[in-house]
Amino acid sequence: MQSLEPYLAEHPFLKGMEKRHIELLVGCAANVRFDEGQYIFREGDEAKTFYFIRHGKLALEVFRPQKGPLVIQTLQPGDVVGWSWLFPPHFRHFDCRAVELTRAIALDGTCVRDKCEEDHQLGYEIMKRFAHLMGHELLALRLQLLDVYGEHA
Amino acid sequence: MENTLNNTTAQQGHAVGAMVPRPHVIKRVRRDTKDTFTIELVGAENPTGMFFSPGQFNMLYAFGAGEIPVSISGDPTKTKRLIHTVRVVGPVTRALRVLKAGDTIGVRGPYGTPWPVEKAEGSDVVLVAGGIGLAAIRPALYYLLANRNKYGKIALLYGTRTPADILYRSELESWRGRFDLEVDVTVDRGDSSWWGNVGVVPMLIPRAQFDPLSAVAMMCGPEIMMRFSVMALRKQGLTTDNIYVSMERNMKCAIGLCGHCQYGGRFVCKDGPVFAFDSIVDLFNKREI
Repeated sequence: MQSLEPYLAEHPFLKGMEKRHIELLVGCAANVRFDEGQYIFREGDEAKTFYFIRHGKLALEVFRPQKGPLVIQTLQPGDVVGWSWLFPPHFRHFDCRAVELTRAIALDGTCVRDKCEEDHQLGYEIMKRFAHLMGHELLALRLQLLDVYGEHA
Repeated sequence: MENTLNNTTAQQGHAVGAMVPRPHVIKRVRRDTKDTFTIELVGAENPTGMFFSPGQFNMLYAFGAGEIPVSISGDPTKTKRLIHTVRVVGPVTRALRVLKAGDTIGVRGPYGTPWPVEKAEGSDVVLVAGGIGLAAIRPALYYLLANRNKYGKIALLYGTRTPADILYRSELESWRGRFDLEVDVTVDRGDSSWWGNVGVVPMLIPRAQFDPLSAVAMMCGPEIMMRFSVMALRKQGLTTDNIYVSMERNMKCAIGLCGHCQYGGRFVCKDGPVFAFDSIVDLFNKREI
């Protein structure tokens, strides 16, 4: 069976990470695929995993009663989906749907958390990368909130 | 003293001619989105049309309502019909919106500095447009595609509010089908029918295919969007002398006389609207301007 190590090492999120840390993560990783329209998780689900997208496109949605889902962000190859596995109470905040056939590497959150507890250097590397990702997404969200194309912008 | 007077008189003479709108007949009006429409005009006195460079603008005069600056959004090689896409935001644009084929408006122009399409020859080109800013970028894209072999990779990155606000949708779809052009579109808010990206334009920049060491970026949209897009381009390695922005200010005379569009020591109507970013970098983040 082919190892997922090269796929993890190639993913932009893990760029520059030491080989020994990648090897630790491989033990928590699984190759997954989602068909178009398939929901990967729903708001309120337990957040057990996060995903490194390799191909395809995912949409994060929030459901509005009587109006249906609203897409708040789309995610593409190179992106990471899911932070809720990092922090208690480990519940999903949004729905995530495959817009098209999507291939990803799923990481078991509990497994990664345990390895981070055992190896704080790995933990620091993971936290640094997630902090950067959160900062990046917070910036994008703030720009979206500005509604720069709106009538009163 | 005499020289000064002569110069002033000459300048005023030029100004008077430049201030006279020429009648143009509306040949077609197309509604693009809920608040934008495109008008096609033919000069009543000059049926051969108007020569312009991509990035320039005209002053459109709705009789009895007033005059506004609007980017020329048509193909610079097709001069017979003058094309303007207008967003309805005030009394003049509301007056323009109710006009129909056969009606006449006044047109002055073209004015302003063009996109650096010649400077960009031999380079990759990144076009970044937000909202109605796509109208000002479109003539540059027409030019680039008409001279495709002179450029490296070309990317058009376009963002708008919602899928319903996408301008020139069918044209964007046709551009997307080309092998020699990368088109990426994003909206701030999607719905379940939307298959494209949801997110802001600056986030498209790291994904675009271009060589930052040999690329020229041309950008038009809300200033906030441009500020963050400039940051994203610089993060990719583009230098400020290769980034061009189209600025918008309250342009009235269009020839640098009235001062309404003063931008530091410059006038947007005369020295712009297209500026090399390094020439205005000190003004760009100045809150008083």
